Amino acid sequence: MAGGGGGLGPPPPATEAMNANAISEIEVEGAAVAAHQAYRRPRRTPLTWVRGGGLSNLLFLAPMLFAFGAFSWYPIVRTGIMAFQHTNLVQAPTWVGFANFSAVWHDPQFPVAVKNTAYFAFLALIFGYPIPLVAAVLMSEVRKRRGLYSALAYLPVVIPPVVAVLLWKTFYDADSTGVFNTILGWVHLGPYPWLQSESWAMPSLVLESTWANAGATVIIYLAALTGVNADLYEAASVDGANLRQKVWHVTLPQLRGVLLVTLILQLIGTAQVFLEPYLFTSGGPANHTLTVLLLIYNYAFGNSLGGDYGKATALSLMLAAFLAVFSLIYLRATRGWSTE
Amino acid sequence: MSEERPAALISHAEWLRPSVRYGVGAAHVVLLVLLVVVGLGPLLWLAKSAITPTNDTITHPMGLFPNGFAWGNLSEAWNNVDVARYFWNTVVIAIGSWASQLFVATTAGYALSVLRPKYAKVITGLLLTTLFVPGVVLLVPLYIEVVRPPIVHHTLIDTYWAIWLPAGASAFNVVIMKRFFDNLPREIFEAARIDGAGPFMLFWKIVLPMSKPILGVVSIFAVLASWKDFLWPLLVLTDPSKQPLSVRLPSIEGQTELGVFLAAMFIACLVPVAGFLVFQRSFLRGSGLSGAIKG
Repeated sequence: MAGGGGGLGPPPPATEAMNANAISEIEVEGAAVAAHQAYRRPRRTPLTWVRGGGLSNLLFLAPMLFAFGAFSWYPIVRTGIMAFQHTNLVQAPTWVGFANFSAVWHDPQFPVAVKNTAYFAFLALIFGYPIPLVAAVLMSEVRKRRGLYSALAYLPVVIPPVVAVLLWKTFYDADSTGVFNTILGWVHLGPYPWLQSESWAMPSLVLESTWANAGATVIIYLAALTGVNADLYEAASVDGANLRQKVWHVTLPQLRGVLLVTLILQLIGTAQVFLEPYLFTSGGPANHTLTVLLLIYNYAFGNSLGGDYGKATALSLMLAAFLAVFSLIYLRATRGWSTE
Repeated sequence: MSEERPAALISHAEWLRPSVRYGVGAAHVVLLVLLVVVGLGPLLWLAKSAITPTNDTITHPMGLFPNGFAWGNLSEAWNNVDVARYFWNTVVIAIGSWASQLFVATTAGYALSVLRPKYAKVITGLLLTTLFVPGVVLLVPLYIEVVRPPIVHHTLIDTYWAIWLPAGASAFNVVIMKRFFDNLPREIFEAARIDGAGPFMLFWKIVLPMSKPILGVVSIFAVLASWKDFLWPLLVLTDPSKQPLSVRLPSIEGQTELGVFLAAMFIACLVPVAGFLVFQRSFLRGSGLSGAIKG
């Protein structure tokens, strides 16, 4: 037990019982709490508390308690309050019950944003989920300069996302002299409209997003692959398994836990996609890339006359609740599968 | 010749078979070419276009300097588009966020892992719950808190404190710091305590010097995350002269000719890419050394 000097370590059983006794009496006596405790337990005066390291414990925790209290725990609680209020920073907030939620629910843009976000998440899954896995399994068998492979795979991840999106925006130039259209022109394809087309816009966003994020997943899989017990491969080889069978019956089952976690993390991440629709298309063309987070942003900050913060917090609570329920169901459903 | 190979999907006997050897070898070559094209290609194109005249980039985006270079793009961006100012803003924001994150994570990790007061479990529990709260939940109330801070009553909008202070509240940092401290040998702490070291001495002279690897990792990710951040600085820094590069780039896109704009984007990439290459090299040297010792 490493207490800061030992003074605040767990008390011996006898004092524990006394303490419990004291607590029940405190409930009765109410006001005389401090005096009573000092009387029953002379060991714990403020001075012994300081000497025992209580003060330095608090001093070390102070930065964290301030930072999290002010910028994490308090705003989380505020969200729960603001979602039931009407707030515009000018007048005092008023309680409105579930009005914000029903306003969001009946907003014609709400189902559009939900549908688009689901579409983005679905496409990101199709594009982005298998590629890192295949790349990582191949890379784990590279015998020379594996570092070069992982460095190349990870490079897009370190490029600032704003630069990545704006760069791809020039790539997606719909002219026949755009970068992608030029390259596809070499094999006599296109020119394609990319971001300007209602049906092409979302896949274009997902393509960039996959490029920007896949490297991080590759590195996670590579780390997991080095954790696979080599004896399993050897045993499979002894049993006459070929390469494909080893990948199917050893590698993938061994990665199951990581695969399940990255899947849910990717879904939670893509449900909160903001930067791509905001910078590529501002939700256009004709709201075809309007996502839930962009809608939250538009509620709160999109109107220069003052934000509708109640609707924005209501929608973010709805999203958080959905993700929480979804994650719980996912974990429940895959629990047996991942620990099997 | 073999480097360290913890997972041996392909056994030695299989590797000796030409079909496996050439098949896997070919797959690796294809993978490398794809990785160069996809991973490095866009960055190379950006570097090329940053020093190509705008007209050439527009008419022949894949051409290699058909009409020579335009080094002027870089100086034009740096001086006339004020990229220099936005660059230094980004640096100042990153340094402050780094300091704030490191300060909170080390002190909190130390208190929760080494000092361990009785209520540490409660705080750790609260910390872990914040890990599960999606960031979007914080956005609006945090913004309002920065516009109208309680108690202080002085808006933080257009000050860097609006970015530095919330940056400290990274549950992820505290958790990995605590986990690292948890694995430090307890005997050393006990020995230091017997020698009369108080909690501050223990923190400063023993725990921090032993934690250089994790301090490095947290530092790198703190600076990188700050450099990449967009939405939060966009909301809290409304004065263009205070905004970082990531916030300014979309605004200058429309008012700047393409060549100069691409040069500005190239400058924005330099620090994170250079930092990554340096980090990667020391990483490679480490694994290369262990390979040399083994082989």
